[in-house]
Amino acid sequence: MDSDDEFMSGLSSQDEYFGGVEESDDGSLGDEFDEDNPDVGFSQDKDMKPGKKAYEVDFKVFSPEDIQSHQDKQIDEVSAILGQPSEATAILLRHLRWNKERLIEAYMERPDSVLETAGLGPESAQAPTTKVVKGFTCEICYDDTPRLETYALKCGHRYCVDCYRQYLAQKIKDEGEAARVQCPTNGCHRIVDAKSLDLLVATELKSRYQVLLTRTYVDDKENLKWCPAPNCEYAIECGVKKKELGRIVPTVACACKHRFCFGCTLSDHQPAPCSLVKQWLKKCEDDSETANWISANTKECPKCSSTIEKNGGCNHMTCRKCKHEFCWMCMGLWSEHGTSWYNCNRFEERSGLDGRDAQAKSRQSLERYLHYYNRYANHEQSAKLDKDLYNKTERKMTGLQSTSGMSWIEVQFLDTASQALQTCRQTLKWTYAFAYYLQRNNMTEIFEDNQKDLEMAVENLSEMFEKPTAELAALKVDMMDKTSYCNKRRVILLDDTAQNLKTGEWKFNVDVTMGA
Amino acid sequence: MAALPKRIVKETERLMAEPVPGISAVPHEDNLRYFDVMIHGPSQSPYESGVFKLELFLPDDYPMTPPKIRFLTKIYHPNIDKLGRICLDVLKSTFHTPFLQTPTRLTRAGNWSPALQIRTILLSIQALLGAPNPDDPLANDVAQRWKEDEQAAIQTAREWTRQYAKA
Ligand SMILES: [Zn+2]
Ligand SMILES: [Zn+2]
Ligand SMILES: [Zn+2]
Ligand SMILES: [Zn+2]
Ligand SMILES: [Zn+2]
Ligand SMILES: [Zn+2]
Repeated sequence: MDSDDEFMSGLSSQDEYFGGVEESDDGSLGDEFDEDNPDVGFSQDKDMKPGKKAYEVDFKVFSPEDIQSHQDKQIDEVSAILGQPSEATAILLRHLRWNKERLIEAYMERPDSVLETAGLGPESAQAPTTKVVKGFTCEICYDDTPRLETYALKCGHRYCVDCYRQYLAQKIKDEGEAARVQCPTNGCHRIVDAKSLDLLVATELKSRYQVLLTRTYVDDKENLKWCPAPNCEYAIECGVKKKELGRIVPTVACACKHRFCFGCTLSDHQPAPCSLVKQWLKKCEDDSETANWISANTKECPKCSSTIEKNGGCNHMTCRKCKHEFCWMCMGLWSEHGTSWYNCNRFEERSGLDGRDAQAKSRQSLERYLHYYNRYANHEQSAKLDKDLYNKTERKMTGLQSTSGMSWIEVQFLDTASQALQTCRQTLKWTYAFAYYLQRNNMTEIFEDNQKDLEMAVENLSEMFEKPTAELAALKVDMMDKTSYCNKRRVILLDDTAQNLKTGEWKFNVDVTMGA
Repeated sequence: MAALPKRIVKETERLMAEPVPGISAVPHEDNLRYFDVMIHGPSQSPYESGVFKLELFLPDDYPMTPPKIRFLTKIYHPNIDKLGRICLDVLKSTFHTPFLQTPTRLTRAGNWSPALQIRTILLSIQALLGAPNPDDPLANDVAQRWKEDEQAAIQTAREWTRQYAKA
């Protein structure tokens, strides 16, 4: 397919789009906030973008403030329906893990027992206070000082305020519990309600407590997940369900720029479905010793045998000694790459092999695995080397800015190119895990062609980073062209694989449904 | 050493004044948070007529966190491991891990409450000797055997009791 048509055909793929449109039955944010209050949500709404590709899914990014306001809004709504104050409603919602429908249904049927099990007895509207009780001994600290301030929930289990505070601090600070803290009495399941917590929790713990409450909201919802990037406080909403993960790879991008899979929260692994990724990583771990030797950074020139060290991401190698040009991955002649019989990415099954020879068979199966692992590991390694090289280049460019007269804006093409390399290598890496599990059929060739095209595009761009810094300014236009070509090839590959995954056209030699 | 909290003083006094039948707990003179414990095996259990030694320690944040306790006498029991550690709900705090990013966000909930006491804990342990629970095992090999061949497992428990838990 021509890459230009591809951009046009994107428009039609929207109709058959499949992730996230399913009617949600769990009171998801989707139907509440999109329609009623489109302004509440965060930006990044991919719905608005025309021409969505088959590999794209709908998702929204929520800031901590968004999460808070969504909670508040849902509490208000349910509070109005149940006729309960918002504190009690919040407890009820948290108690039923934010399943609004289930709560309303259960409450309509038997309000008293719902209130009771959520830790809200009768008269929960009354404001809580501490009390001095005559002749009181605290069962936790055994203090019996007269005029001791004490507190009890509606269950009547009374302890001194100091013990209560310590108990709550222990729960909030050390155990990370906030929404479902129970009465300190053994076996009493009364929940410490929000008002009591407000009264008793030390000021310095209040923010931590709020954070914990907010977190349960996200933790309890199937369509919300925390961004796994370190220290990121954003959450992503996506409607793709676990049972769909054999047919879609839901990659989402956080406001912090981290791209990850909503299904398994690992870094972006398109086009490989979650369960393949899981199985592949397990296999690599199990076989790591056998496979170790190949990821080494040095190889011998296939012609003159001098040792060659790879110091950039590019796989087009030129021997310093004999000028022999070869491919780092397959050690074949570079001149043959890019021609019609280029087959660096494809593993050739040796059909002539005697099927009865078990040893040969197992050797072939190891070779087959190593073929894919080698390329997988190589792209991972190359991505790192690309990045190193870019960082070095960037430093040099910054130095050159003054002499070359180029502005900061003008050197941004390097950054864009480097980003594209990273993303494309990430995709390429996973195409090899994908291919390892793929059964050959008439479509695998198209896949391999797409893989090859992307690989060539990537290597061509990667090679440019090895040019002397002084020459880079002159290569700007060329580099920008190569960057956009890389991105285009990636879109084509991902769109094709996602399309076939969705329609179940790919056949794998393992189970791809999640939970396998 | 910091003054002993009133709670520990009172609990210790009561343990001495009204001991629980079949159980003794004596604090060390040089460390009043450390107790030598003896539990008699309940009658009609494989541990009958055995006397089991345990050590019990009250951490600084006791009673907000549970006492640390372990068997010193070797015992064949599905809920007690080789090191004498005990799998008992009331000996565990609840640990939620809300900042962990993985979907498994909750470890098994514990049932410790600050209103529980040394006395109640020791009674629970004695009860556990009377009713082993191989479905919630700590010692997996023992639990396995307990499920596959209960008679043989009970026999081993009896032998170990005779051999290691002499009165
Ligand atoms: Zn209570
Ligand atoms: Zn107290
Ligand atoms: Zn993030
Ligand atoms: Zn995934
Ligand atoms: Zn050479
Ligand atoms: Zn090659």
